[in-house]
Amino acid sequence: MKLLVKGGRVIDPGNNVDEVCDILIINSKISAIGRDLRVDGDEDVIDAKGKIVCPGFIDIHAHFRDPGYEHKEDIITGSRAAAVGGFTTVCCMPNTDPVIHNGPVASYVKRKGEAAGFINVLPIGSITKNLEGEELSEMAELAQAGCIGFSDDGKPVMRSDVMRHALEYAHMLNLPILSHCEDLNLSRDGLMHEGYYSTLYGLQGIPAEAEEIMIARDVELAALTGAHLHVCHVSTKGALHIIEEAKSSGAHVTCEVTPHHLTLTDEVVGTYDTDTKVNPPLRSENHVKALVRALSEGLIDCIATDHAPHNVESKDCEYAKASFGISGIETAVAVIMDRLVHTGLLDITEMVRLFTVGPSRVLSLDLGTLTPERKADITIIDPDTIRRVDPTAFQSKGKNTPFNGMELRGWPWMTISGGEIVAREGRLA
Amino acid sequence: MRFDRRKDLLGLRDVTREEIEVILETAVPMKDIIRRDMKKVPALRGKGIITVFYENSTRTRTSFELAGKYLSADTSNLGVSTSSVQKGESLKDTIKTIEMMGPDVLVMRHPSSGAPHYVARNTGMRVINAGDGINEHPTQALLDMYSIRERKGTLEGLKVAIVGDILHSRVARSNIFGLSKFGCELRVIGPSTLIPPDVEKLGVKTYGNLESGLKGADVINVLRIQRERQHGALFPSIDEYRELYMVTPEHLALAADDAIVLHPGPMNRGIEISTELAESPRCVVNEQVSNGVAVRMAVLYLMLGGGRDEIAG
Repeated sequence: MKLLVKGGRVIDPGNNVDEVCDILIINSKISAIGRDLRVDGDEDVIDAKGKIVCPGFIDIHAHFRDPGYEHKEDIITGSRAAAVGGFTTVCCMPNTDPVIHNGPVASYVKRKGEAAGFINVLPIGSITKNLEGEELSEMAELAQAGCIGFSDDGKPVMRSDVMRHALEYAHMLNLPILSHCEDLNLSRDGLMHEGYYSTLYGLQGIPAEAEEIMIARDVELAALTGAHLHVCHVSTKGALHIIEEAKSSGAHVTCEVTPHHLTLTDEVVGTYDTDTKVNPPLRSENHVKALVRALSEGLIDCIATDHAPHNVESKDCEYAKASFGISGIETAVAVIMDRLVHTGLLDITEMVRLFTVGPSRVLSLDLGTLTPERKADITIIDPDTIRRVDPTAFQSKGKNTPFNGMELRGWPWMTISGGEIVAREGRLA
Repeated sequence: MRFDRRKDLLGLRDVTREEIEVILETAVPMKDIIRRDMKKVPALRGKGIITVFYENSTRTRTSFELAGKYLSADTSNLGVSTSSVQKGESLKDTIKTIEMMGPDVLVMRHPSSGAPHYVARNTGMRVINAGDGINEHPTQALLDMYSIRERKGTLEGLKVAIVGDILHSRVARSNIFGLSKFGCELRVIGPSTLIPPDVEKLGVKTYGNLESGLKGADVINVLRIQRERQHGALFPSIDEYRELYMVTPEHLALAADDAIVLHPGPMNRGIEISTELAESPRCVVNEQVSNGVAVRMAVLYLMLGGGRDEIAG
């Protein structure tokens, strides 16, 4: 089986490539990249003129809810959503039921992802058993079963001694801790970012410091242990300062930001639309601006969706009662393209780096570049497609998006996973 | 001016000064009706009003019910504690069920901020917010404004001090939104732990010290300490609160000569307000209760499409 992607602008930051050329795929692998590739004539040709051809996008932070919460999402619907959203690799957070805290659960996720056959699904193991923050999970067994890191995402590890040991143990296994940083005593019953708008809207606030205090602690523990700390969904200006300082002092610290934290402020909560309820909360404008600046200055290692699909009942209710989370994997690329790339705030090459080699390096994956002989995972973007966000058309079971109804410019045009076209123009192939 | 364009009354944040003026003026003849021997006008005959309270209330619910009855509407109450809500029925389904029984107006109190906004989006009934979480309590602020105007003749430019737990107070928030539209000088007084962040941006001055905050005030609105909301270390003790923030007749001496005292009730006498002050003629807490009925009559009347002239005659 041969496929020729012809005449697109190929951006492959991992190999310092940014030029109009062709890519030849033979037997699910990248065979050659170059201008006017000589071909045999028996290839299926994809005319990519005017499109942007990139290594397959990687999302290192998603919730596919499987096993246990298949009414919100499962690995098949999640994989389909990822394919349509332009992602060829997705890492699944372990806050499932049962929790991904042992080998068999991790293997289940991996095998179900393979069976679904759309994209690479990689499990993340939990840091502690049942996400209780008390006893370490069997990390070596999890690593053996294919976990690429450890996280109690959704919950912080509140005990500093447990976090220290988790970092030490993960370091021994050469895997990162992906930390959800939140001081629960400070965030308490908070529903949105604490500040002017929480006062205006009469909702309990979550101060930025609830996040920053825990990042400061974890960064210190990373320095102490020499381990790799990856900070999930960074959302505040102060957090960026702490991370910048940690990085420059030589600690092994990386971080991610989400499309929603980069593009929405706490002002949008005013209608009490529960689709704006997310943890960490949408922050005020000064935080959002600081995140965008940090992104363009290279402090951020990758963009991750924190795709958090929910069933209707979890969101169609009072604000306080609603679940936290945004179903974001199908809008991530378009949101970044429309709000950051087309507005000139982020260079397109940087965007591609943040979705490809960036996340790949965070997790030391053998992915994220268009290197010959590598598996042919390719994401093609049409920078000029204009489409309205329509959650009813989502592949994901989660229709919970604050971008509902927004017209965005720049969407994934085609997703090729392992040499197979899995999605095309917003639809499954 | 009529209320036809406004489906719901969810808060004073989005209500205009003109709308508030219409309500307050409409409440004047309503108050006369309450004072009559024969307290019934046919204005809302054939209209249905239902009150649904997910939180306890004495005065607000009764006030709405009587307001509706004096206008000849049929009023009914859903007892939340004895309803299907206890069987886990969602708010949306409960409201839909009520809607299908035909009432025109839903008066709702709910512990979650924004719950009436959510309900209003999902029902054809007109929704009146009778208090949502820590967000707003618009009819309380309207009756406070009515009471102030009745005593002072105007709202314009008055110095109004609100004392107590501002952070958790929907009464404070609605008063701030309402009074700031009339050029009042607003002050909030309370322990720093109970002052919401960036509240100055709403155009109020903050005071930790009761005496300095009350200096020259025309109106003192004393809030109830809501013991049920004081989880965590927000202030050390009721004793210390009383020491620092209980308003007494001596404090009134610091305020303007003819200053008045409001309290939304129920009062914790001897905690946020001394009994002597509560019973002094400068304290309008009882008038507030009557005015509450009048203001709610005005709101119901205007929302159900009545013109102002009909009732004034």
